[in-house]
Amino acid sequence: MFEYAPAPESRALVTFQSSYGHFIGGKFTKPSNTYQTISPSTEQVLAEISTASAKDVDLAVKAARSAYEKVWSKLSGAERGKYLYRIARIIQERARELAIAETINNGKPIKETRDADIPLVAAWFFYYAGWADKLDYAGFGVNPKAHGVAAQVIPWNFPLMMLAWKIAPALAAGNTVVLKPAETTPLTALLFAEICQQAGLPDGVVNIITGFGQTGADLIAHKDVNKVAFTGSTGVGRLIAKQIAGTNKKVTLELGGKAANIVFDDAPLDQAVEGIINGIFFNQGHVCCAGSRLLVQESIQDELLKKLKRRMETLKLGDPLDKNTDIGAINSKAQLDKITKMVKIGVKEGGEAWAPNCEIPSKGFWYAPTVITGVAATNTVAREEIFGPVLSVLTFRTPAEAVAKANNTPFGLSAGIWSEKGSRILKVADQLNAGVIWANTFNQFDPASPFGGFKESGYGREGGRHGLLAYLKGDN
Amino acid sequence: MTKNEPEAIVGGKITNLSLRRWLHSLPGVDKVGLESRAAGLGTRSIKTTSKTWALDAAIKMMDLTTLEGMDTPERVRSLCLKALTPDPTDPDCPRPAAICVYGDMVSVAKQILGKSGIYVAAVATAFPSGRASVAVKLQDTKDAVKAGADEIDMVIDRGAFLSGNYLEVYKQIQAVKNACTRADGSKAHLKVILETGELQTYDNIRRASYLAMLAGGDFIKTSTGKVTVNATIPINLLMLQAVRDWYDQTGVLIGVKPAGGIRTAKDAIKYLVVVKEVAGERWLSPDLFRFGASSLLNDVLMQRQKLKTGNYSGPDYVTVD
Repeated sequence: MFEYAPAPESRALVTFQSSYGHFIGGKFTKPSNTYQTISPSTEQVLAEISTASAKDVDLAVKAARSAYEKVWSKLSGAERGKYLYRIARIIQERARELAIAETINNGKPIKETRDADIPLVAAWFFYYAGWADKLDYAGFGVNPKAHGVAAQVIPWNFPLMMLAWKIAPALAAGNTVVLKPAETTPLTALLFAEICQQAGLPDGVVNIITGFGQTGADLIAHKDVNKVAFTGSTGVGRLIAKQIAGTNKKVTLELGGKAANIVFDDAPLDQAVEGIINGIFFNQGHVCCAGSRLLVQESIQDELLKKLKRRMETLKLGDPLDKNTDIGAINSKAQLDKITKMVKIGVKEGGEAWAPNCEIPSKGFWYAPTVITGVAATNTVAREEIFGPVLSVLTFRTPAEAVAKANNTPFGLSAGIWSEKGSRILKVADQLNAGVIWANTFNQFDPASPFGGFKESGYGREGGRHGLLAYLKGDN
Repeated sequence: MTKNEPEAIVGGKITNLSLRRWLHSLPGVDKVGLESRAAGLGTRSIKTTSKTWALDAAIKMMDLTTLEGMDTPERVRSLCLKALTPDPTDPDCPRPAAICVYGDMVSVAKQILGKSGIYVAAVATAFPSGRASVAVKLQDTKDAVKAGADEIDMVIDRGAFLSGNYLEVYKQIQAVKNACTRADGSKAHLKVILETGELQTYDNIRRASYLAMLAGGDFIKTSTGKVTVNATIPINLLMLQAVRDWYDQTGVLIGVKPAGGIRTAKDAIKYLVVVKEVAGERWLSPDLFRFGASSLLNDVLMQRQKLKTGNYSGPDYVTVD
């Protein structure tokens, strides 16, 4: 009947070079010690990427230091703002190209990169461009000073968006940066390096080095780094915290999560279903603030799950470049294996896994959207982050029980509340231990709104006025 | 008492209080969430084979409409002929489901459409405002049925609904349903117009949908086309959720008819996407989904010609109606 014909976005807008060096001091170095980056939806090799050695890291930090001392720290806020506005505009102009590139290298659907990732990237630069000449009014005293060189290590789930979250406030506050993208998703960061050139950003203000965990560790350990910003797993976050203990480096960590999405019996059910879907299947669930634990009031469990499963039947999994695709590819084989293993454990511990019938492409890494019902608070899938399209369903009877179960996790990044009763939303939100709480919605991001976690979800805030604090002296 | 009797569904004798309790126990509708879901479905990309299918489907599901004070027998006749041959250049072009006219034009339309398979629908019950005595509304309905109307599009009493008199709305729908009975005992198909633009809130629209389904409407229809806000995608989505959930609960299939303001093929396709993804493919049929539209047909015809020939033809190559 009414089957959607394939509607793939053309790849012609994007040209990747066959190999990339690092972007240091405004120039690309000669590619060296390379590895291959692939498209997770086709396993096709996209480019050869260099692995930065400790020496490369040193060069990058030196370039950032030199740019800081000689150029960037001497510019007025208004001048810095001009560069940021210019970058923001170029991102908008090249939005389509960046969306396609991100989709190819990350595996997420074009619908998301086009409508969420790239617009937010531009918004982040516009927002912080506006702050650059107004730091006196940010509430940290008159003429607050930058830290100097910021070392930034970002994950693969929102490659360019995480870059924007890190670089935009750092530059607005007057720092220079060395950024390392995740090893599986370096390409949009390297395109961003081209954008810095296009914008005429002074050499060395932004440096981008690629590589694996060791490169990140070398960068964070570098003695001339003043500020460390990391987004990624709690495990690596712990290592970083240990590594910089006893140094003068400032640090912000944005780590894992196991968010509760709480649905009360008076919730707007059809919209709650949409919120649950958006909460856990957006970006294949590769979202640190994903609503991975559904806490549903026992009295509406059957009705809600029925609606949820029916809605899941309509999700389209497949070619991420197709405009009709809802669920793209898992970013890497390693992540796919982890998700597969976690679901197996979930079932072994008594959960019941269900996924709609969807065809899995033969090439690439894929995982069907899955819901595990009958999960108890003691189960692994209720406690550990899966970081995939897998929803664990728990029930509660009273608001107090919902709050207790929601807070019963080492994490504290985000939470969702669904109820038509405003007073209940306010009371429950007040009791939840999470950095971001959404009411009757989920996964909404805005550069003006601070984002960050409690407990093992990290510390420091990104976004908003609070996000500037991390990049200015006199904060902590 | 079987499970589908109104008393069983409401959980007791039908009184204004029991109706109120039942309607107000339905889950609320979050405006922001509903509208963002509707906008999300609007980005589905429909091309090539799926577009061909959707354009033909849009014609087959159309109630080609003329509801003007200036309607004349000649005007209605012309529209009926257009329905019989929507595109004279293409004998394969499907026909609309029905012609929708005022009650006094039913016999004119029936004369031309006869046994063509194209239904004649009549608006009744003091359309569009519905502000007349119940006796007048019923007579209006009976006249149209007697003249041969296959379908009756009635309006609910919005005043009664907004004042909380759900029982009155319910009784009127039931009475009109009875008035749809022909001499041979068969019944004209009843579409219940909620006039969503006057109900204003999504919660009201959901409640009115349920009330109309409970009272025996075969279709729930958004609008008369005579107020400022007529059919919108979020309202269409909400009403499709209602018929889907109603089917789950009762096993009874109810149709949905958005009307007013759907002018382009592009819009129509967006509506069909919502039908498919919210209610399911079963509803992609003229038995369960209709467009109430006047100018939509020509835009769909132009899009069809574009798909066939590769070129936009322009309004000179479709007939005026």
